[in-house]
Amino acid sequence: MSANALFGQLLLGLINGSFYAMLSLGLSIIFGLLGIINIAQGAFYMLGAFVAWILLTRFGIGYWPALVLAPLAAGLVGVAIERTIIRRIYQLDHLYGLLLTLGIFQVMQGLFVYWYGTAGLSYPYPGALTGGHNIGFMFLPNYRAWVVVASLAVCFGTWYAIERTRLGALLRAATENPTLVRAFGINVPLLVTACFGGGVALAGLAGVLAAPIYQVNPLMGGNIIITVFAVVVIGGLGSVLGSIVTGLALGLLEGLSKVFYPEASSMVIFAMMIVVLMLKPAGLFGAER
Amino acid sequence: MALGRASEARLGAPRTETLYANAGWCAAGIAILIAAPFFVYPLFLIKLLCMALFAVAFNLLIGGGGLLSFGHAAFFGGAAYIAAEAAKVWGLPFEVAVLAGTATATALGWLFGVIAIRRHGLYFAMITLALAQGVYFLALRLPFTHSEDGIQAVPRGRLLGMIDLRSDIAMYCTVAVIFVLGYVFVWRVWRSPFGQVLRAIKDNRQRMISLGYPVDRYALINFVLSAALSGVAGSLKAITLGLATLNDVDWSMSGEVVLMVLLGGMGTLFGPVVGAVITVAMDDYLAGIGVPVPAVIGAIFIVVILVFRRGVVGETLHLMSRFGRGEGSPDAAMTAEAISDRPDGSSR
Amino acid sequence: MSDDTVLELRGVEGAYGESRVLHGVDLAVCRGEIVTLVGRNGAGKTTTLRAVMGILRRRSGSVRLMSVETVGLPPERIARLGVGYVPEERGIFASLNVIENLLLPPRLKPGGLTLDEIYGLFPHLKERAATGGSRLSGGEQQMLAIARVLRTGADFLVLDEPTEGLAPVLVAQIGTVLEAIRRKGLTVLLVEQNFRFAARIADRHYVMESGRVVDMIARAEIEQKMPTLEAYLGI
Repeated sequence: MSANALFGQLLLGLINGSFYAMLSLGLSIIFGLLGIINIAQGAFYMLGAFVAWILLTRFGIGYWPALVLAPLAAGLVGVAIERTIIRRIYQLDHLYGLLLTLGIFQVMQGLFVYWYGTAGLSYPYPGALTGGHNIGFMFLPNYRAWVVVASLAVCFGTWYAIERTRLGALLRAATENPTLVRAFGINVPLLVTACFGGGVALAGLAGVLAAPIYQVNPLMGGNIIITVFAVVVIGGLGSVLGSIVTGLALGLLEGLSKVFYPEASSMVIFAMMIVVLMLKPAGLFGAER
Repeated sequence: MALGRASEARLGAPRTETLYANAGWCAAGIAILIAAPFFVYPLFLIKLLCMALFAVAFNLLIGGGGLLSFGHAAFFGGAAYIAAEAAKVWGLPFEVAVLAGTATATALGWLFGVIAIRRHGLYFAMITLALAQGVYFLALRLPFTHSEDGIQAVPRGRLLGMIDLRSDIAMYCTVAVIFVLGYVFVWRVWRSPFGQVLRAIKDNRQRMISLGYPVDRYALINFVLSAALSGVAGSLKAITLGLATLNDVDWSMSGEVVLMVLLGGMGTLFGPVVGAVITVAMDDYLAGIGVPVPAVIGAIFIVVILVFRRGVVGETLHLMSRFGRGEGSPDAAMTAEAISDRPDGSSR
Repeated sequence: MSDDTVLELRGVEGAYGESRVLHGVDLAVCRGEIVTLVGRNGAGKTTTLRAVMGILRRRSGSVRLMSVETVGLPPERIARLGVGYVPEERGIFASLNVIENLLLPPRLKPGGLTLDEIYGLFPHLKERAATGGSRLSGGEQQMLAIARVLRTGADFLVLDEPTEGLAPVLVAQIGTVLEAIRRKGLTVLLVEQNFRFAARIADRHYVMESGRVVDMIARAEIEQKMPTLEAYLGI
């Protein structure tokens, strides 16, 4: 296999990994504070891509504003859903949370399939990022480089916010002992809502980034969410750094296996998940709760 | 936590009124099965019964054992593929094809179970999901499944070499009998000492461990039974409807069976049947009037989880018991919340 | 006791799920006082504090804090009235380091201790500023738990078993801290198993038994009521 093809696959793997990282980051944050595994994360990813597409085709608003508006829209929808639906089940077994988000996912995906069918809609590359550069061992498309850089920036920015800022400290404390944090005068329910909104906004952002690369398709959420689950489980539910590193690593692993053993590439991640679940159920970076 | 009527199951010998009531319910059920094809298309009923059997099988695990599996599609769909292949390509007779599918599901069930059984709650759900995805990818890649096309035009063959199953009525009768056998089987399992132990484990696992019960082995057996029966449903579905597709092994199928059981009532024997009937009927009806079916079903799912967790049958029984009735039906013994209403602290 | 009443409980009932723990608690704390709740294990002392802080979900009756009826309010609103809570388990967050723990509770009222003043009272905390919360010893955790509420400017402190499990030298230090708190004019309600410690620093003691207040003993009455007290506390 030529070097170009090899690195091309690795880059694609890195891009997939970036999306895995962003989605599982949101998932981890939400799980940490809410205790729910948000299957609907995939639907918000899809929502982000669709909002970008609608903004363009209906309102002529391009890629760069969409990068801000689409996650915002996703966040607002998320906040509305958390306030009205999700907060009613916090006192129940966490499995109900999983099932509830499954229902939410089905509603969201179902609606978009109903409105837009299942064929993909194309979204153009932003003008400033078309084309690419030859960097010696491969041809690097500009947009793909941008996706990787942007995702990494967002992921590590989020990590920094959580580990090094006061807001992050509040989040970490509330994850550990929400009652006590409330007893200090902090409105934890509001924090929870904001956290959920933020987590799904991350998914929405990933959707916009993905839109030009993969087609905008109501089914795109379902396709990716299962893999993201595996990432989150392998990395450790609730671990921020774990989600980022695992997402990227598994994307690369997937890309690598496509090069050498394409038939098994989709299975690689799941096989790893089974192994990790059997040996270290809290995940590679997780702490046993 | 099991509510109220579990005591009846633990006592063992049913009282006379219960026997009469049971007989009454059974007669009613059989009467409905006999009368139905005069009012509804047999093919639709067949589809209904297959899904109902799948739901009943799934309920063994969640209602009986309190474990949520997110990968039952692997058993349903895996059996569907094997049964379809057996009937179409290997030319095996109907019964043998169904048996082949069931055997596959049983083997898969044992494999999944051995890997997953030591975990609970969310982790159990995730493992089963991952394993089922493995089966999905196999179905996608293996040549005999023809990936996107699936296995089509599966012949029905003859029952016991004699009855031509191409007649929908004959097929319906066969499926109905198998369904009844499956339902009775689950009923007996639930009333048996095995079933009682399972319920006790679901209520208070730690206590059963300290009493010396091999809880994992019970859970594994229950899991395999659930998988096997799901396999029967899948095999039937493939042969009767003539198709085995990727849809049967997709995680959305796993989600759909969860919905059916939740909607009808987890932990009640008849609930899954009701849930399946509602879901399949709605699917059909709504698709006809152009409404986004999955969205509607998702919305109903949400409503059920928010306000209606006992499901149709569960809520009905609950209401009835509040007015002092409902002693006689077999379900009264099994009205229970499979997933407890209090955080069980298992994953946080 | 009128406007000077910081806390007043009347007929407070409380439950955990289905089991009722408090069966009608009546007590009052005036400004500047240090009042303790004493009693045997299971008498309902911690539950009473939880009811005051609003973190006991099932509570009824009347809890007036700074003249505000708080029974229906969420904990964050109650805290903002100027209450600082030091729970029995101390509640030091393991995923935060010492300084993050210290700075976590927001300022509720002016007049809270500055960081320097806190390090003055609790010198050990300065050295351990970057240490993870879980790495502190029991004594250090207790100091941190008290320090962080002192920073908020809360003028009513609720402490649950501050000396539990501590060596005598640390118990003495807590005593010193409480004296400093009294000099600042803050009001304190604390639960204390160590009656000798409680007797030294408190103005009044409420004795609890089976979810009710059964007696109130002022400082001056202690010696004379000692036998009754010993009976209540089972010592």
